[in-house]
Amino acid sequence: MALLELTDVQASYGSVKALHGVSLKVEEGTIVALLGANGAGKTTTLRAISGTVRKTGGNVLFDGQVINQRSPEDVARLGIAHVPEGRGTLAQLTVWENLKMGAYIRRDGAAVRQDFDRVVGYFPWIGKRRDQVAVTLSGGEQQMLAIARALMLRPRMMLLDEPSLGLAPLIVQDIYRIIETINREQRTTILLVEQNARTALHAAHHAYVIEVGHIAVEGNADELASQESIRKSYLGY
Amino acid sequence: MLLAAASAAQGVIQQIVSGLATGGVYASLALALVLIYRSMEALNFAQGEMAMFSTFIAWTLISVVHLNYYLAFAITIAVSMVGGFLLERVVIRPVEKAPPLTVVLVTLGLFFVINGMAGLIWQYVIKAFPGPPGFPQAPVSLGGVSVGIQDLFLIGVTVVLLAILYAFFRYTKLGLAMRSAALYPETSRLLGVRTSWMLALGWGMAAGVGAVSGMLIAPIEFLDPNLMQPILLYAFAAAVLGGIENPAGAVAGGFIVGVLLALIGTYVPGARDLRLAFGLVIIVAVLLVRPGGLFGRVHVARV
Repeated sequence: MALLELTDVQASYGSVKALHGVSLKVEEGTIVALLGANGAGKTTTLRAISGTVRKTGGNVLFDGQVINQRSPEDVARLGIAHVPEGRGTLAQLTVWENLKMGAYIRRDGAAVRQDFDRVVGYFPWIGKRRDQVAVTLSGGEQQMLAIARALMLRPRMMLLDEPSLGLAPLIVQDIYRIIETINREQRTTILLVEQNARTALHAAHHAYVIEVGHIAVEGNADELASQESIRKSYLGY
Repeated sequence: MLLAAASAAQGVIQQIVSGLATGGVYASLALALVLIYRSMEALNFAQGEMAMFSTFIAWTLISVVHLNYYLAFAITIAVSMVGGFLLERVVIRPVEKAPPLTVVLVTLGLFFVINGMAGLIWQYVIKAFPGPPGFPQAPVSLGGVSVGIQDLFLIGVTVVLLAILYAFFRYTKLGLAMRSAALYPETSRLLGVRTSWMLALGWGMAAGVGAVSGMLIAPIEFLDPNLMQPILLYAFAAAVLGGIENPAGAVAGGFIVGVLLALIGTYVPGARDLRLAFGLVIIVAVLLVRPGGLFGRVHVARV
């Protein structure tokens, strides 16, 4: 059984329909990429999962339970860490306070301290700059901090919204390397949304392409990347 | 000649100390306003009336039930915090997601309801509110400047209150979550923070802080249902002067307004009755130069 399953999910912003019926599955322990152009509904799909947009139809199943009506804070408590569009940096708080907020719902203090150390292992600069106010970080550092903060939840699943957005190619490589490492070492299931299809397909096991609110293509990531017609018509490279 | 200069300097210092004392009251109430403003972007017009109601509760405990002053002080803070919390849950909760102006209107409604209720329960007759017992009444002399004990008590309580609040927001997990929820509600919810409850806690804390300001100013101003109305104006001026989103700025603004009003009232001829107007003119002048307040940031909106 898939860890996350969406069936015919619809969502609207006011009277504007953003999702016309999205169905997708994310198997436990995999990285799944959701690709598509600007405005296709990628971000809205993630928001429909975390409960930050109102769903008008369909079902979201996580670990076998329907979570359609859950509030964002309850979805987080199920172990789904959503790194939102724009990274959701807690800008006026320090790096360390950002991480503490990531562990907000946890009550296992000793394990939280271990996770601080593990996160610093992934991002060594965090250890040296823990008292820096987050707004002063570079874009790449803020993206890393957002991923680190999501890890502090010890999530079963991470939702990443455009981790490459606005970053230099070398930084993007670093970030994707860490995403793959997290998936491998922590067995964290990851659903990520990207415009940068080439990079995302390289990291992902499986991929979906979304077009104007519904899924147009899906398949094994390597296979999608190898088919020129799909690359040209859907992925733009 | 020299002697006159020295005594003039002493007079100024005395006015500054007494300005700091009342400034501490403005600072407390300004802080209460900022606590709520940061999470709702709305000014709580009922903040002063909530403080006045708390002060009447303290008066009842002291003068009717004959409780010890300090015990009454503590009980009043606790009762006010619970009251502020419940007020948010019952009255504000339904409009939590409404535009700030709607929230402001609701707090204006609360203003009249609380004021009327206080008049109904305690009548519009002024009452003497006791100062802290156990202190000598005569002023003490500090380096040749005579300072009222009441003033020192006010400054002391304000400083302790601010230290407690600072430690709470800086060093506790709940304090951190409240800051995060106020500044970044959407991300905070994604991290599992129940932001709506944090808002209610914020109202509770603001009510507690406001209660302290009411109990501190009442011995100086006498207690009646309109006690806090000028104080709310001063506190609002202080918060805007310091930067309405900046707690430390609001506190600094409170002390500055207090000292300013004391000096203007004493040294500008005929200004005693116009000191609020004078003070506001100076504040407007500051805001013309620094629109975000002395310690605030100017918001740059992306269009």
